[in-house]
Amino acid sequence: MIHLVQLAQPLDQIFVIAKRWLLSYLPAALQPLCSAVLSVAAILIAFATLFALTTLLERKGLGRMQNRYGPNRVGPWGILQPIADGVKSLTKEDIVPITADHVVHFLAPVLLVTASFMGYAVLPIGRNMVLVDLNAGVLFFFAVGSMMELAVFMAGWSSRSKYSLLGAMRAIAQMISYEVPLVLASIVVIMQAGSLSTVAIVNMQAAYTGIWPHWFVFTPWGFAGFVLFMVAATAESNRSPFDLPEGESEIIAGYYTEYSGFKFALFFLGEYIGMFATSGMAITLFLGGWSAPFAFLTWVPSYVWFFAKLLAIISVFIWIRGTLPRLRMDQLMNLAWEFMLPMTLLNLLTSGVWHFMPGGSLRWFVCSTMVVVPCILLSRGLKHKKKFQVRTYHYSE
Amino acid sequence: MVGEGILKGMAETARNFFGSYVSKDRLTTVQYPEQRDPRIESARSFPFLVYDGVDWHDGMRCVACQICEKECPPKCIYIEKSKDKKPDANGKPQFYPAIFDIDISVCMSCQICAEVCPFDAIKMDVDYNLSTDDRFGGLLFDKQRLSKSNEYYNAIHPTEASAVDVRLAAERARQEAKAKAAADAKLAATTPAQPEIGGQR
Repeated sequence: MIHLVQLAQPLDQIFVIAKRWLLSYLPAALQPLCSAVLSVAAILIAFATLFALTTLLERKGLGRMQNRYGPNRVGPWGILQPIADGVKSLTKEDIVPITADHVVHFLAPVLLVTASFMGYAVLPIGRNMVLVDLNAGVLFFFAVGSMMELAVFMAGWSSRSKYSLLGAMRAIAQMISYEVPLVLASIVVIMQAGSLSTVAIVNMQAAYTGIWPHWFVFTPWGFAGFVLFMVAATAESNRSPFDLPEGESEIIAGYYTEYSGFKFALFFLGEYIGMFATSGMAITLFLGGWSAPFAFLTWVPSYVWFFAKLLAIISVFIWIRGTLPRLRMDQLMNLAWEFMLPMTLLNLLTSGVWHFMPGGSLRWFVCSTMVVVPCILLSRGLKHKKKFQVRTYHYSE
Repeated sequence: MVGEGILKGMAETARNFFGSYVSKDRLTTVQYPEQRDPRIESARSFPFLVYDGVDWHDGMRCVACQICEKECPPKCIYIEKSKDKKPDANGKPQFYPAIFDIDISVCMSCQICAEVCPFDAIKMDVDYNLSTDDRFGGLLFDKQRLSKSNEYYNAIHPTEASAVDVRLAAERARQEAKAKAAADAKLAATTPAQPEIGGQR
């Protein structure tokens, strides 16, 4: 065991050491630039691979949930399916509508992918493994994350198609509505950590009482914040049950109706990369980032924990997608403004109370009540407001 | 409780997920090229032309009446009538289709051609493995490709085909009886034997 612990330290830092070793062969003037390029390349490769893996996992998982096999033709158990998909999307014809705004139509997928990858700059994916330790890291993350909305609207507007535009309008309405609870849910962590730096936030959580970690999710406000954050993140990444912007049964494919071939694949990539980024942020804020779930498991390399948590969250995303039907537009908006927003605001208050009350079971009781009671009251209130009646449509008579 | 329905639904999908690994009965997918579902008798894909006997051209039931061509809603049938005649299944000299093309990329499998055909010459096939890399020529079937034997028809649609066979046999018997009666009457009227009439049949 002692031997293992001794081995764990270099294994944990293997990528950091490797990078330092590679850079030592370069002149000092080139080192900062090459260091950045190396880290960016590593992030691009790691998360693009994760994207390929996730598409396969999703198709297999969804298939099994619907009692199907899922892809099982390319390679053993269909594991080479992502490669086949990639080759297919590369060789497909790239069709641009003749009335489309060609420049914007081309730029939209590029911007989407760029914006979705930008967030990884501040995500600590392991101990000492973060591209830049910005002291306003969380702020930076949400700022570049909101650039995705711009890309989506560029795609919808430039395509000059009614479905694209409708999809883009829906996407904008949804993403702006859910950005508010998303940010508000993460503010509780900033309040407690007293820092906007993602590295500092993770370091705070990487401590243990006995074997239990100090993750923020294990507090009443942290748990509520995590759940609210994940719901908002699902809506932000346009995933089922919030996939109205690309509801295929209603508006074909939403804002990327007019995209084909590799540009379509880029949209797909951008969405998944964005989803991983928000999941990664949730891990950083609430699930202790790269820290191990138990004190006796700290010898496992930190990046393994990060990716294990990420895969777990992705699996839950897939599970949710296989279960829930799509929301209606008014249900979507009601959830955002009438439930999520009040809950996140109350959660801010809970977090403050937690901060100023002395530690102990009374604090736990008070804060839990402050989360659970409003949640029940709010959802019941919303339920009572619902009136079942014959719906009449103004234009159908 | 709030979210109870969501949890119930998620339990159901989880049960499906793990259940599909445990019990094969849950997986209803037929692994197509290796496995095939048993054919349903009333299945239909695209029309084909029935012929009697062994030679597809001699035994062709089609007499190029062009009713199916006129009735076809998507106009996927193209027929050109022959200039000469050949004996049909009953031995009666009839026109035959010089060209009979069906564009199955246009055909909508409505079965109207099979229903309007007075000669039971065009019927619905069950073969659906028709994919091709030539989307024009490969999907335009000429009369040779469309011709399939009556035995094949009996094999794919037994009930329907036997009814057709009975009807055709009855028709043939009626024709023969009529011809025989006519021949007898003629024979009675003109006592000297006329071998040509017999030879004509």
